[in-house]
Amino acid sequence: MVVRFNVLAGVRIEICDCSRRVMRYSRTMPDTNTAFDEMLGDSSAARSPYREYHDWIEAEDPTRLQKKSTDAEAFFRRTGITFNVYGRQNANESLIPFDIVPRILSAREWARLSRGIEQRVRALNAFLYDIYHRQEIVRAGRVPVELVANNDAFLPQMIGVSPPGGIYTHIVGTDIVRTGEESFYVLEDNARTPSGVSYMLENRETMMQMFPELFSQIHVRAVSDYPKNLRRSLSACAPTACDGRPVIAVLTPGIHNSAYFEHSFLADQMGAELVEGHDLRVVDGRIAMRTTRGYRAIDVLYRRVDDEFLDPLNFNRDSLLGVPGIMDVYRAGGISIANAPGTGIADDKAIYSYMPEIVEFYTGEKAILRNVPTWRCSEADSLKYVLENLSELVVKEVHGSGGYGMLVGPAANKRELAAFKRKLMARPGNYIAQPTLSLSTVPILTKKGLAPRHVDLRPFVLVSPERIDITPGGLTRVALEKGSLVVNSSQGGGTKDTWVLEE
Amino acid sequence: MLGKTAGGLFWMFRYLERSENTARLLEAESRIALTRASSEGEDWDSVVSTSGVRHSYCQKYDQFDATNVIDFLLRDPDNSSSVLAVVESARNNARLVRTALTREVWEAVNVCWMTLKDLLANPVRVRELPEVLGTIRQQSALVRGALHGTMMRNDIFDFARLGMFVERADNTARILDVKYYVLLPSVSYVGSSLDNVQWEIILRSVSAQGAYRWQNEGDINPKGIARFLMLDRCMPRSLAFCYGKIVDNLSYLAEDYGMVHESHGQAATTFQRLRETPIEEVFDSGLHEFIEEFIRQNNLLGQQIQADYRFTG
Repeated sequence: MVVRFNVLAGVRIEICDCSRRVMRYSRTMPDTNTAFDEMLGDSSAARSPYREYHDWIEAEDPTRLQKKSTDAEAFFRRTGITFNVYGRQNANESLIPFDIVPRILSAREWARLSRGIEQRVRALNAFLYDIYHRQEIVRAGRVPVELVANNDAFLPQMIGVSPPGGIYTHIVGTDIVRTGEESFYVLEDNARTPSGVSYMLENRETMMQMFPELFSQIHVRAVSDYPKNLRRSLSACAPTACDGRPVIAVLTPGIHNSAYFEHSFLADQMGAELVEGHDLRVVDGRIAMRTTRGYRAIDVLYRRVDDEFLDPLNFNRDSLLGVPGIMDVYRAGGISIANAPGTGIADDKAIYSYMPEIVEFYTGEKAILRNVPTWRCSEADSLKYVLENLSELVVKEVHGSGGYGMLVGPAANKRELAAFKRKLMARPGNYIAQPTLSLSTVPILTKKGLAPRHVDLRPFVLVSPERIDITPGGLTRVALEKGSLVVNSSQGGGTKDTWVLEE
Repeated sequence: MLGKTAGGLFWMFRYLERSENTARLLEAESRIALTRASSEGEDWDSVVSTSGVRHSYCQKYDQFDATNVIDFLLRDPDNSSSVLAVVESARNNARLVRTALTREVWEAVNVCWMTLKDLLANPVRVRELPEVLGTIRQQSALVRGALHGTMMRNDIFDFARLGMFVERADNTARILDVKYYVLLPSVSYVGSSLDNVQWEIILRSVSAQGAYRWQNEGDINPKGIARFLMLDRCMPRSLAFCYGKIVDNLSYLAEDYGMVHESHGQAATTFQRLRETPIEEVFDSGLHEFIEEFIRQNNLLGQQIQADYRFTG
């Protein structure tokens, strides 16, 4: 199956004329070759989820909106909602730009998305259990054995280990893109330590402070239960060693980590301690934190440290971020670790290409959400196709994340293409390729008024033995530069509040 | 609470207190510098000594002139106790203990850091000094106000207060340590205008000139000043006041945790000395020796609290 998409189609949308002190966002002429705009769709009027908002913003004073936008930035800076950019000396705490125009999904759209996400997350957990136990899916010939056996993200230390409650991926962030009215695709399953949920929560908080009138007029589903649900979800996976109310802690690499704000935010919101490796040690077969009254055992550790750094005795020996011996305590049932070590195998981009099979194998159903068509460069036919069509494809490293190390064919020049071609031929198994999707657009407020920009969506999923909670909406990331398809915050992307409307 | 968190709170408030004290010292000296005929260098010298940065200052400069001293104490990157450096340290500690702070306290310290970073981005000219120092003290007051207005009175609060009062006691003791000689009755110019100026500096550097006047009906004398700064139980920057608070906060912790540590005994002993020694006896047995011993004991107490409550290991 090969689906082709229009590449970087231009959108002709009239933007506001600030001198007339009105906001306008509408199509001025029919054009055939555009990205799907979520506010306008194909018609000249707003699509139904946006109708009320569209009326509201067109009646707003542009000067007031610009001021609100500046206020929001000052608010984020004052409250310290920042992230650290690696490799920059001075401005090492940056703001993720926040855009005040929300991204809106109807109740119907969300119902379908959340059903699809739930199905996918169930399959991921079943896959992980299977991969670290009998490997039925490999025996059945649905996933090639070398993809598992030769995969760096596969942890032999997890073979035969059954995590408490049978849950591997307690927290998942499923990246979804849209290309049309009914076309949603899963771009990535972030099953290790997905970040961004604090921005989802703070974006809503900010919007409610800035535009209270909008929320009384338009009924938007709340997102504020997330920290409570996270706590409940983690508690439900307490290990057998836990007696009484589970003690939860968040493990951070420290204040210099790019997501430190989020780590402290989540710990604070859950009422859990925020610990670093040097606060922890093994005491009587448990992982315990050093408190002002002595050592206290932890039942569930929500770790925001990668597998590799988790345990210097079992993995990277030089790591100062982890706890020596934690893997042994974990295997003996002394602590729960969320997400479980070794879940990285499930969000590996080569495994991703098998997700439709994986969903079908474990749930017996067809996948509700589509995968983006993916060429595995390890296969000779695919490699040939990819090399021939490089300038139209997006090529990603199998283990990469954060938008690093990828090639966006249509945006690359001849020299870059040639250089990438060499890398690709040297290690084809290290890459997958996908068509360049024409991501949907949502308007942002620019200095000159409203203008369409490409977006993606990361909904956040909590998995516990009893239930799967998906917070309505998620984090919408937006490429701030005209025409750009790269939404990662590390590459200059911004965020938006995401609204799911009540039925 | 994590030991690391207790340590972060303790140091966050020590650093904030230090920035305010440095601003107050500079304010007293620069004010006096305007009204006096004495040789300049000597007094700027004593500000540097009182701030405890004489060694690093002398590595950089040969002379104690207003411009260099002001720059060194406010913003020099070579001075780890400059106002800018300690405010940044306070804010880093606040980030570390973010989960122990209310949103108000966190915002106050974050805004304090942002404000002072802008304010001290360039050298401060002498004519801007009063305004700059005012802002530093005001920012510090805003953090303290948020602490009082929004925080639970639990162990978190106790560790914040312990840091604040250990630092404050140290600061008041340093002022006395550097200026003790002007309080001694022996030297020739007793009652001279020079003495009066020096006494006023001391009172101003602890913001107590008004309070002292009211309490002593205008009778300014060395013994009175020494008693006021060391033994008065109502003056919020006196050694006795600080130790009263330290003993209180340590006893709340003992009650909370059901554990009494070595630091409790140490604090109680020092507090008892401050309560029971009359000022005459302090002078008879040596003012300077008394102060030196106090500074030493106060440092030891800080270290003992750190060990007792497992700040680092």
